[in-house]
Amino acid sequence: MYVLSAIIILTALGLLLGFSLGIAAKYLKVESDPLIERIEELMPGSQCGQCGFPGCRPAAEALVSGTAPVTLCPPGGTALVEQLAKLLGIDVDLSNAQDQEAMVARVSEETCTGCTRCFKVCPTDAIVGAPKQIHAVVADACIGCKQCVAVCPTECLQMHPIEVTLRNWRWPKPLAA
Amino acid sequence: MKSKLISGPHVAATRRVDQIMRQVIVALLPATAFGLLLFGWPALYLLTITIVSSMLFEAFCLKLKGVAAAPYLRDGSAILTGLLVAMSLPPWAPWWIGVMGAAIAIILGKQVYGGLGQNLFNPAMLARVALLISFPIEMTTWVNVSPLFTGPGLIESFQLIFSGMETSDAITGATTLGLIKTGFSQNLLLPGVLSDYSGILAFIGWERGSLGETSGLLLLIGGVHLIRQGVIQWHIPVSLLATLLLLSTVFHMIDSTHYMSPWVQLNSGAVLLVAFFIATDYVTSPNTPLGQLVFGSGCGLLIFVIRSWGGYPEGTGFAILLMNAVTPLIDHYIRPRIYGRYRNGKPLDISNP
Amino acid sequence: MPAFLENPRLRGGIHAEERKHYTSGHAIVRNFPLPKKLYIPVQQHVGKPAEPVVKVGDIVLKGQLLAHSQGAISSPIHAPTSGKIIDVKDFPAPHPSALPVRTVIIESDGKDQWLTTHLPSDPFALDPEEICTRVGEAGVVGLGGAVFPSAVKLNLGRKNQIHTLLINAGECEPYLTCDDRLMQEYAEEIVSGIRLMLNGMQAPKAIIGMEDNKPEAFRAMQAASLPFANISVEQVPTRYPMGWDRQMLRYLTGLEIPADGRATDIGVVVHNVATAHAVYKAICLGQPLISRVVTVSGTAVAKPGNVEVPLGTLMSEVLDYCGLNKARMARLVMGGPMMGDALPHAEVPVVKACNGILALSHEEIEEPQTQACIRCSSCVTACPVGLLPLEMASRIRANQLDAAVDLGLKDCISCGSCSYVCPSNIPLVHYFKFASGELVKRQQAEHKTEQTKRLMQDRNQRMERIRQEAEAEALRAQEARAARAAQQAAAKQQPKEETA
Repeated sequence: MYVLSAIIILTALGLLLGFSLGIAAKYLKVESDPLIERIEELMPGSQCGQCGFPGCRPAAEALVSGTAPVTLCPPGGTALVEQLAKLLGIDVDLSNAQDQEAMVARVSEETCTGCTRCFKVCPTDAIVGAPKQIHAVVADACIGCKQCVAVCPTECLQMHPIEVTLRNWRWPKPLAA
Repeated sequence: MKSKLISGPHVAATRRVDQIMRQVIVALLPATAFGLLLFGWPALYLLTITIVSSMLFEAFCLKLKGVAAAPYLRDGSAILTGLLVAMSLPPWAPWWIGVMGAAIAIILGKQVYGGLGQNLFNPAMLARVALLISFPIEMTTWVNVSPLFTGPGLIESFQLIFSGMETSDAITGATTLGLIKTGFSQNLLLPGVLSDYSGILAFIGWERGSLGETSGLLLLIGGVHLIRQGVIQWHIPVSLLATLLLLSTVFHMIDSTHYMSPWVQLNSGAVLLVAFFIATDYVTSPNTPLGQLVFGSGCGLLIFVIRSWGGYPEGTGFAILLMNAVTPLIDHYIRPRIYGRYRNGKPLDISNP
Repeated sequence: MPAFLENPRLRGGIHAEERKHYTSGHAIVRNFPLPKKLYIPVQQHVGKPAEPVVKVGDIVLKGQLLAHSQGAISSPIHAPTSGKIIDVKDFPAPHPSALPVRTVIIESDGKDQWLTTHLPSDPFALDPEEICTRVGEAGVVGLGGAVFPSAVKLNLGRKNQIHTLLINAGECEPYLTCDDRLMQEYAEEIVSGIRLMLNGMQAPKAIIGMEDNKPEAFRAMQAASLPFANISVEQVPTRYPMGWDRQMLRYLTGLEIPADGRATDIGVVVHNVATAHAVYKAICLGQPLISRVVTVSGTAVAKPGNVEVPLGTLMSEVLDYCGLNKARMARLVMGGPMMGDALPHAEVPVVKACNGILALSHEEIEEPQTQACIRCSSCVTACPVGLLPLEMASRIRANQLDAAVDLGLKDCISCGSCSYVCPSNIPLVHYFKFASGELVKRQQAEHKTEQTKRLMQDRNQRMERIRQEAEAEALRAQEARAARAAQQAAAKQQPKEETA
């Protein structure tokens, strides 16, 4: 007898509370900011495609819908991962994350034919040069998307790590115990 | 000369982790030795079993982690944990209590969290409380004082520890706190319940209890020595004892039949052990002096509350565990004031003279 | 009790073995043999590097301008001796990475001939602006190690109408005694320099603060400043880092500089005592900053002492002069052992920032294994700023830099007290230096992102423009074709009509 009444009461309570939660989820929902725009703001914006998506906006959409991990953008580095994690409220373990070494493209002047294919695809116009003249990469504007390397017919474009000088030298991370 | 990048400073103080552990163990030795003197060979066997088990369990966990065990065993933290666990067990408890205590302290209390420096709760207290709740009989069987050469001999003690002990009233009894609690439940009041209580003997340690409960005097000496050596700071022991003293004085003055006097409070249970050696554990106590004061006062308060109104006669284990859980909160809110800023982190405002 | 916990006059710090007795007893060596070649970097100060005005083959005199300052925060470089410029090229800098820096290389002609200068008849009657200009032209920078251009600080002090000049004679680092000896031997010149600084800033008074482990220097400075009522000498307790200017200021005056501000915001300017001496030399003797006193110490040198060295001398020459035992040297440090940098080799020049060259043997440096943090909070007790080094380090280890900044990473002065006391030997200051560098890197990455976006927008606009022009061109071509077709059609029609 007691068992039956216990079952009835608990079931009724469960149904009632579940129903209330459902109503609350529908009518008391908090509208969120346009998250996609905010994520896109954080991205490098170079549309390089290293994340596998055709541009930064589709990547942002994928992040919001949860189909892409926050570690998807190599040029953004661990800084971007931290910011995205904070924005999306995701816990991410960064202890083993390492920033990809930043690379810039460089033209090997002996093998450049001046075909102009590279500067047509450069998203930041970092390559200068005219047809039939040797091209050069403006290192400051190069974002390392590697699109020029892909189209160069003589493979004279190679990626090199950015040169370390006294101005950009930083202390490395100490090794863990 | 090395070519890898070395950052300053290029000199360092010579204090090391194993030195610190050694200093704490040395400070505990007088009280331990006296306890062994009081309770004889069985207590020595139990102590040895507990310490050896804690080292074995530590080595086992390190092996599971895949690291070399020797450097970690050498830093003395496993020995210290084992010693503290043994000091909070009944002196003639069966061997498996010692082993289980070591297992809980090392495995569940320390290694599961990630090893040295990562645990949330004090391992020794965790072990004690877990054992108390799981094996109440064995953990509350307090043997009478039977000094080293007058009690059971070597072989007999071995048998006692390994095959169990009869709990006859001739050789066992309750601790002071236990006596008071059962007395209250039988509507006996203070000070009648404590008719044959001697404050001086209790302070020196001639009373029933675990190894760490007995000699208040030696523990006090050890604790003050640690403070003078700079191993622990005065904030936690002083705030803990002061809070406890204050509360017990106030309540004793209000109703001396239901509340113990401050002197009894201080000498019973493992208050002095806890105040100087357990609550001051680096890993589980707050980082800042003010935070440590809060922590100590909280411990003192909880010890008093649990002893006076709780179900268990002894409150220190639970009090420590509860305050350990609050430590991260204390650390989050109580921080030192940074130079050039207010306490809330904003830079000093010099625009208004 | 809360007041005692909250605002002590002296917070944190450590008491290290001073080891100053190796060098504090001997006078400054002033006859260091002139090196054959001098390597003078164009950047020995905070700010923009100086721009060389000499070229290879030029003959220069001692004290002649080699490179002029660029921009508002910069400092010129002068020739430490007379000779010929043999090269202007990249040369390893005295930096832990030994990366190259633009350096002017002079081959000395042995004559050590000074450039003729005009000395002012009464230096103390000069205008404040004139004093600051001369100090700037002499290339005087902060000689305590921070090498901030002193003229900029003096001008700032005058603009902010400061009320106190604090002369920092703390010298709290172990081993270093160059400021100590300087005060003992040149007390009057230093006081003259202080008076010139006061004139340059139109400030009413000066306080000289030094640790109480320098009793002779204290007496010397007291005697020298006795005639001047507005210059007082105070002693502070010996405790590293008492030489941290903010701590010394709070100890001596009770004033606290806000975290986001400078000393001038509360009416104070701080200068190192050796800088005061350099100001005296610049104005009263007309000598630009071309040499400095360096403490050479450590148990790997046979004759430790303080040596007045021309800037640009290779450190290996200085060490050899002091009897270096190369086999015994385990580490070469520029500066003091707490905040100094370990250099990979000694073939780098002495610069304005170099106040100490330490050749440390194995017994003096310690490198036991790093262990796990036991949360003993000795570092919290040691930190003079009031930070939580253990918490910051654990956040940085997990790459959570924003959390570390919240805990106060930007207020860290890298004094090294925390690393010194850590029983687990965790390289705490290394973590904080790494994290600060990471923050700068992130800021630069953010700027790069902005720049990239701009470049891409420009490119898109350019492509858009090209496309539009192409379209317009195509449209025009189409219209032209249509017009021509219409013309042809019309022309075809006419003859038909005519024939018809």
